[in-house]
Amino acid sequence: MSERKLRLLVAKPGLDGHDRGAKIVARSFRDAGFEVIYTGLRQTPEQIVNTAIQEDVDAVSLSILSGAHNTLFPRVIELLREKDAADIPVFGGGIIPEEDIAGLKAAGVLAVFTPGTSTEEINRWVRETIRPRD
Amino acid sequence: MGAGNHQTPGLMKPKADMSVVDRILNGEIRAAARLIRDIEDGRPVAREALKTLYTSSGQAFVIGITGPPGAGKSSLADKLIEAFRGQGKKVAVVAVDPTSPFSGGAILGDRIRMNRHASDDGVFIRSMGTRGHLGGLSAATSDAVTVLDAMGWDIILVETVGVGQDEVEIVRTAHTSLVVMVPGMGDDIQAIKAGILEIANIFVVNKADRPDTDRTVRDLENLLDMNLPSEDEWRPPVVRTVALRQDGISELMEKIQEHRNYLLSSGRLARFEEEKSAQRFAELLKEGLFRQVHDRIQHEDRLKGILEAIVNKELDPYTAVDRILEEKLK
Ligand SMILES: Nc1nc2c(ncn2[C@@H]2O[C@H](COP(=O)(O)OP(=O)(O)OP(=O)(O)O)[C@@H](O)[C@H]2O)c(=O)[nH]1
Ligand SMILES: [Mg+2]
Repeated sequence: MSERKLRLLVAKPGLDGHDRGAKIVARSFRDAGFEVIYTGLRQTPEQIVNTAIQEDVDAVSLSILSGAHNTLFPRVIELLREKDAADIPVFGGGIIPEEDIAGLKAAGVLAVFTPGTSTEEINRWVRETIRPRD
Repeated sequence: MGAGNHQTPGLMKPKADMSVVDRILNGEIRAAARLIRDIEDGRPVAREALKTLYTSSGQAFVIGITGPPGAGKSSLADKLIEAFRGQGKKVAVVAVDPTSPFSGGAILGDRIRMNRHASDDGVFIRSMGTRGHLGGLSAATSDAVTVLDAMGWDIILVETVGVGQDEVEIVRTAHTSLVVMVPGMGDDIQAIKAGILEIANIFVVNKADRPDTDRTVRDLENLLDMNLPSEDEWRPPVVRTVALRQDGISELMEKIQEHRNYLLSSGRLARFEEEKSAQRFAELLKEGLFRQVHDRIQHEDRLKGILEAIVNKELDPYTAVDRILEEKLK
């Protein structure tokens, strides 16, 4: 049987207007052979979750620079749960202080990548961790 | 066409004991999204589900949107979604973007222009990569359209980039095809006219806020005049739009409605359905027969020998195929 191709949503919630980082990550996912759904700036958690469901993605990658990570990550996870889609994992990165990471992980974020992380490292983690949902 | 007696998509709660098909007919988004994935990944379960869903399809009105990269196809789709939503129609979109030939990956970015509709339960958007789909890209997109149609979406927009052979085939499965151009394409129009004239039901000159719009419209009109259709045939109108604003959108909606009326009143719709069915049947038959015969000679380990004999000119490919088909028929 043919292999499933990994599908990832790269989303940019919140009000900050920079998506350079998100685009770099999206490109590196494409170069790794994944299908990346990219939705652009300023997405609401509702839009992100509906997109994840309609696109049948295997994971949601959030890029947050606005400082609102402590509300946005948990909100996306909560909405996924409400819509019976808790099996879609959430990870992400951005400008996130070290001391917030434990709390985010406790809220269900699978991994948090801080600005120094290379795309190679993120890709390796994705390949090892995210499986096409069957 | 128009609203069927289906459930409103997105409103029903999942039931664990229901089949995929029932869940989709019940309007369950997750089940449909997964089935479209199965279609793309070439899973046998998809074919089984399509057998049932096909018989429930045929209600939706399908609009193809094609044209060169960056012409504004997604921006137009965004505006059309808005306009159809204003009429109370439920709208689904299948947006195809190219797969990277190097990595097999893709950045599917059409949603950037339309994602404000992601919070509207009356809108469903699905991105697809061109990949190397089993049975071809047009088969995969038309199967996805069948799923959405059976599910009860009133309007289905299919966006593809290009105007290559794949796009032509995809657009053929749409009731109304929009070909989107931009000003200043004068010379290109000559180059691509062979493919586009026959598939465009409506030409859109988008980015009409730019210079050279008049000339591009005139070039298109001239081209159409040189190919004057017979009396009862549809002459594709040329509509100017600025997809970033509201300009030309209501005229475009009118032309889409006119084309739809034409399909109904001219009997063209019935002919369209006949052609589409014949084409789908032929494709599946070809694919099925090929797979059966090919699998068998490969299984019997004869393929290599046959090919070697052909290379060495001990056998010609015509006789080789005749023999295998004779065997098959016995
Ligand atoms: N000036 C102007 N720009 C436009 C117009 N419509 C779209 N654009 C811009 O053109 C660019 C491409 O628009 P899209 O809607 O993504 O075009 P597309 O044809 O879907 O592009 P691909 O799917 O990548 O082939 C964007 O930057 C739009 O903002 C228009 O009417 N006028
Ligand atoms: Mg597009």
